[in-house]
Amino acid sequence: MAELLVFPALIAYSEAAVAYAGELRGPGLAGRLGIWGARIGWLAQTALLVAQALSSDGFPWATWAGSLNLFVWLVVTGYLIWGCKPGYRLLGLVVMPFAAALLVLAWLGGGTGVRVADDAGALLAVHAGLMLAGLAGLTVAAGMAALYLWEERRLKRRDSGVLRLRLPPLAALERLEARVVAVSLAVVSCGIAVGLVGFETGDFDAAMAATLAILTFYGVSLVLRREGRLAGRRLAWVVLAGFALVGVVLPLTHFAS
Amino acid sequence: MKLALVGVSHHRAPIELREQVAVDAAGATRLAAEIAHGCEAVVLSTCNRMELYLASSADDESLEGRAVAALLELAGPGAEALDQVVYRLEDESAALHLFRVAAGLDSMVPGEGEILGQVKAAFEAGSTGPLLDRVFSMALHAGRRARIETSIGESPASIPAAGAALAHQVFDGLEGRTVLLVGAGRMSEATARNLRSRGARIVAVANRTEEHGESLASRFGAETVALDALGPALATTDVVVTSTSAPGFVLEGPAITAALRGRRGRPVLLVDLAVPRDVDPVLASIDGCFVYDIDDLEAVVTTSLAGRRAEAVRAERIVAAEAGRLREWQASLTVVPAIASLRARAEAIRSAELARAERRLDALSQGDRDVVETVTAQIVAKLLHLPTVRLKEAAVGAEGVLYADVVRHLFGLDEHEV
Repeated sequence: MAELLVFPALIAYSEAAVAYAGELRGPGLAGRLGIWGARIGWLAQTALLVAQALSSDGFPWATWAGSLNLFVWLVVTGYLIWGCKPGYRLLGLVVMPFAAALLVLAWLGGGTGVRVADDAGALLAVHAGLMLAGLAGLTVAAGMAALYLWEERRLKRRDSGVLRLRLPPLAALERLEARVVAVSLAVVSCGIAVGLVGFETGDFDAAMAATLAILTFYGVSLVLRREGRLAGRRLAWVVLAGFALVGVVLPLTHFAS
Repeated sequence: MKLALVGVSHHRAPIELREQVAVDAAGATRLAAEIAHGCEAVVLSTCNRMELYLASSADDESLEGRAVAALLELAGPGAEALDQVVYRLEDESAALHLFRVAAGLDSMVPGEGEILGQVKAAFEAGSTGPLLDRVFSMALHAGRRARIETSIGESPASIPAAGAALAHQVFDGLEGRTVLLVGAGRMSEATARNLRSRGARIVAVANRTEEHGESLASRFGAETVALDALGPALATTDVVVTSTSAPGFVLEGPAITAALRGRRGRPVLLVDLAVPRDVDPVLASIDGCFVYDIDDLEAVVTTSLAGRRAEAVRAERIVAAEAGRLREWQASLTVVPAIASLRARAEAIRSAELARAERRLDALSQGDRDVVETVTAQIVAKLLHLPTVRLKEAAVGAEGVLYADVVRHLFGLDEHEV
C-alpha cells in the first residue's frame, strides 16, 4: 500500500508546477497553491521514502530509478529551503515541473516500489547519498540560474510589470546561486572521498572522470567569480552549462561504465 | 455610544482650503484636548485631509455640531467655502471611513505608506477613551492587515520611487551602493534622495553649469566630475541618474562603451530622466547594463498603480471584515448589562445557598468545602454559558435588545443588581 504514496506526491508536484505558471500573472492565490502543493508532495514522498527505508535491509535506492526517486526528494527539499519565502516562490516554476517529470520516470522505472531487494553496503549507501545530494544542490542552483536569466531578460527589455512579480533581486539571486554551488561541490567532494575508501586503481572509469571534470568546471567558475571575472548572466550561463554536463554527460558515462 | 466624524479631504477640498485648517502635531494634540469636553476626540491632520473624530458614551447629538464648529473656526475667513466641502459621517460609516483611511484606500495613491503612521500618531496624540481606543486600534489593525495580506503598498507610485525600486530589484539592498548624478534637474535630485533614503551613497555629480553641479554635490556630500570625463566614474558606479538638457546623448561613444564593458557583467543601472534622452539606448545591449528612460519609468508606475488598484479590491474586503468585527463588538455592548445582571444574580443565589448550608458544610474538611465551592461555581458557569453566547449572537442581529429584555423579565433582574 505504501507504494501508492507516489501518486499524491506526483499529483501535488504537478499541481504546484501548474499553479506557479498562474503566479506569473501576479502574486496571489496561485503562488500559495503552488507552495502548498510542493509541501504536501514533499510530505507524501518523504513518507514513501521512509516506507522504502523501513522495508529494506540495506540501501533501498540502489537502482537508477530508486536513485531518481531519492534525487527528486532532495531537489524538492533544496527548493523548499528557499521556496517558502515569497520572493523565491517562482523558483518552483523551474524546479517543480522538472521534479514531477523525474518522479514519473522513477515510477515507470520501478523506483517508487516498496520491498526492493538490495545488497548494497553502508559505504556505498553513504557515497551514493552524498553524491545525489550534491547533484540535487547543483540542480537547484541551475534553477536559480534560469530564474536569474529570465528576470534579467525582463529587466533588460524594460518590462513595465517587472516589479509586480515577487522576484528576488538579481544580486541576491546570484549570491545564493554561487553559495548553493559551493555547498554542493563540498557535498560531492565528501561523496567522492567516501567512495575513495573502497577504491582500487582499476576501478577508475568514465563516470569518475566526468565527475571530476564537472567538479573542476564548477570550481573554476567559483574562483573566477571571486576574482570578479565572472558575474551576472555569464555566471548564470556557466552554472546552466555545468548542469547540462551533470544531466547529460554523467548519466551517459555512468551507464556506459 | 455615538461616534461622529467631520472632515475635509483631497476628494472635494482643494489645497487652498485644506491648508487653512491644517495643524501640526502639537496643534492636533491641543485641538483634540480642546474639543474633548466630556467626550473623546482625535484630530487627524495630513497633507490630504483634516478630520475630527468625536465619540461619546451617551447618545450625544451635539458631537457633530461641535466638530463642525471647531473646523470652521480653524478655517477663519474661509469658513463659508469650507462648509460646502465638509463631510459628516456617523457611527458605523465613520468607523468604516477611518478603516479605509488607515488601509490607504482613501489616499490619492492607493496603499501609500505614510498614512498608517499618521493615523497612529493622531491616535496617540488624541484624547481617547474606550470607544475611540477600540475604533482606532481596530483601524490600525485593518491597515496593517491590508498591507501584509495584499501587495497594495509594494510597488512604486512615482517616477523617483520607480527608479529606486528598480535599483533595489537589481542590487538587492542599496546600502553602500554608489550613485552618479549627471545633470542637476529636480527629478534627478528627487530620485537621488529616494536612493539615499534606501542607503545608497551619492558619490559624484556631473553638470554642464559648474555652479549648479557644485551646489548639488555639496548638498549630498559628493564630488563633482566633468561631463567629458564620465568614463572612469562609470567603471565603479552602481546607479547613474541623468537629467541634463543636452540636445543629444551625453552617455554614448566608444569611451563610455569601453568603460561599461570593462565592468565584466557587473550590473549598472542607468536611469535616464531627460527629454531628449541622455543615454544612448545601444548601451542596453552591454552585458549587465540596464537602461531605463522616462517613458519606461512611467510605464512601470502606471502598471504598478493598476496593480495597486487591483489589490485595493482585496484590501476593501479586509476592511469590510474588520468593520464587521467592530459592529459585532458594538452590538454586544447592548446586551452586556443584561449578561452582567444575569451572572450577578446567579452568583448571588449560589453564595446565598452556600451560606444557608454553612452549618451542614462545617462537618466537611477544608478540601471538601473547596470541592463544593468549585462544583457549584462550575454548575453556574455551565448553565449561563449558552444563554450568554446566544445573547451575544442575538446582539449582532437586530434582536439584541429584545433578548436582553426577555432575560431581564424571566430572571427578574432589576437595574440595582447590575
